[in-house]
Amino acid sequence: MQELIPYLINGISVGGQYALIAIGYTLVYGILRLINFAHGDVFMVAGLVMVYSTTAMPMYLALPLVIAATVVLGFVIERAAYKPLRTAPRMSLMISAIGVSYLIQNLAFYITGGVPQPVTVPIPWISENIMVLGASTKRVTVVTPVLTIALVVILVCLIQKTKIGMAMRAAARDFETAQLMGIKINSVISMTFVIGSFLAAVGALLYFTNYPSVAITSGSMPGLKAFVAAVFGGIGSIPGAVVGAFVIGLCEELIKGLGYTTFSDAFTFALLIVVLCVKPTGLFGEKVTDKV
Amino acid sequence: MTKSRKKTIFLAAVLVVLLAASLAVDLALPSYHIAVKVIKKATVYALVAVSMNLLNGFTGLFSLGQAGFMLLGAMAYGVLTIPVASRAGVYQYFDGGLVQFSLPEIFSGFLGDTVGTTAGMLLALAVGGVLSAIVAWLIGLPVLRLKSDYLAIATLGFAEILRAFFQWNALGPITNGSNLLRGYPDFENATSYIVLAGLLIAVIVLMINSTYGRAFKAIRDDEVAAEAMGINLARHKRMAFIISSFFAGVGGGMLAMYNGTIAAASFKSSMTYEILLIVVIGGIGSISGSVIASFLYIFSSEWLLRGLDSGTFLGISAPGIFKNGFRMAVFSVIIMVIVLFFRRGLMGDKELPDLLNRRPKRSRKEAAGK
Repeated sequence: MQELIPYLINGISVGGQYALIAIGYTLVYGILRLINFAHGDVFMVAGLVMVYSTTAMPMYLALPLVIAATVVLGFVIERAAYKPLRTAPRMSLMISAIGVSYLIQNLAFYITGGVPQPVTVPIPWISENIMVLGASTKRVTVVTPVLTIALVVILVCLIQKTKIGMAMRAAARDFETAQLMGIKINSVISMTFVIGSFLAAVGALLYFTNYPSVAITSGSMPGLKAFVAAVFGGIGSIPGAVVGAFVIGLCEELIKGLGYTTFSDAFTFALLIVVLCVKPTGLFGEKVTDKV
Repeated sequence: MTKSRKKTIFLAAVLVVLLAASLAVDLALPSYHIAVKVIKKATVYALVAVSMNLLNGFTGLFSLGQAGFMLLGAMAYGVLTIPVASRAGVYQYFDGGLVQFSLPEIFSGFLGDTVGTTAGMLLALAVGGVLSAIVAWLIGLPVLRLKSDYLAIATLGFAEILRAFFQWNALGPITNGSNLLRGYPDFENATSYIVLAGLLIAVIVLMINSTYGRAFKAIRDDEVAAEAMGINLARHKRMAFIISSFFAGVGGGMLAMYNGTIAAASFKSSMTYEILLIVVIGGIGSISGSVIASFLYIFSSEWLLRGLDSGTFLGISAPGIFKNGFRMAVFSVIIMVIVLFFRRGLMGDKELPDLLNRRPKRSRKEAAGK
């Protein structure tokens, strides 16, 4: 048991980082019914911007820049690649998302030259080593779950209490009726992408503090896992995504701890398939019926 | 002459020209020449793209598991065809592996060298296809009940599971774990690739034009209506999934042949995305579109646009801009333009012979307008 404790702590931390990405998926899926395949790559770009900006400028400028750049990227992706396809079949939208993911990865390959970019200037304070329950780890491991929960609480308040939150809920319930009620659907969707990208940027800052380098494919696996977390929790539901992400993060690290590292990724997908077959709406999802 | 006969003749003419061209390339150029390589790779991609199109374009099942099935086919091909003598070298970490026979060698024992080797290779490809089909049947049991994007993500997940499975060290004596499989035989010339892939694609075309194909299209257009017409949804979906996976498996085996080495790690989801984008460029629901798009895609990425990566393109020398990766960046921008603005792709849902009846239709329309 004692040797599993570092994995447990790590699992909670990884789960928090997945949760931050998963919210981006779940928000977008709730409104557009689109799996935003590019979201994992937005996360990766945030990591790259972090690497570049922290080496070029002081920390107090670099961190806001990372967040701003990621938010702008998310916004631009929505406007350029998803908005023109608003009336198109869902398959086109999904293909467009895959195209964007492909584009971002190839652009990143061009810019980085295909070499993983080392994190040379880690963010101070959170990258310091501390001892937790007798296991040595970075402070980020402890900070992540706390920060995640705090951000989620703020987000839930935003969605439940503010006007834009109400508009988002309305759009998620019924896209067309929401439009008829005078909700500016485009700005609501943009807002969703902005929030999603903001959280992904925070997630990237935390995630890549634990890793030595950022490669162009670093985003796709966390992205897919976060998506699985969103499905597991019931896509469209924020608490569901968070719970799902923590479960997946924990299980994955425990599997690593038990010595089956090869299968830690496979487990996530096996979980996805089991969930989809047993309870396709996820833990907290609402039941939808098909209309002719 | 009736229109359908004209179309048949046109199609036959195109095929003959293609075959003649590949024969000419084979005779004139050595097998390491880039033209031969391009043709080989493009035919493999054409086969896989068509198999994906059968599923995504004709049956309307948005599946992203193609790379996984290709991996199965590739592995089966490699494991069954590596010569016994070189197994000790390939499986150096697993004491020469468990499988101690090689199909081409068994067959060349009693069919002669050339015929026997070819028969063994073809059989290995077929085994890969059948293996993929069986796995597809198993996967299909739970997965095919899902709708659109859930199906996509579940098949993607299965492909990832397969990849992890094949890299598992415990299976090393058979799959060589995460090490390379290499040293297996390959068809020297481009024509054999074209003939093999062509025949397989022809089978798919026949399939699509049969009652089954029509049932697939009905499911794509409207599931509820198709069911009301008496089409067994589950059965036909399963059938499309299994057939598509069979051809993806064979395509994977051919890709392994072309590459010369097999690494499970290279069959990532990005490979599926690449094939999906080829299908989109060609037009979702057009077999000839997929074939043309694969040739265009491979030709430009492997040959035409090479210069974008190595400093000089169209006589312009700018090593600062034209550096490694620029080619794919340009490529993905083009793909995005197609996805956003030319959603029907090159061919839409038309086939090559349909181009013949384009003009009369337009003139009739004009006449009606006047």
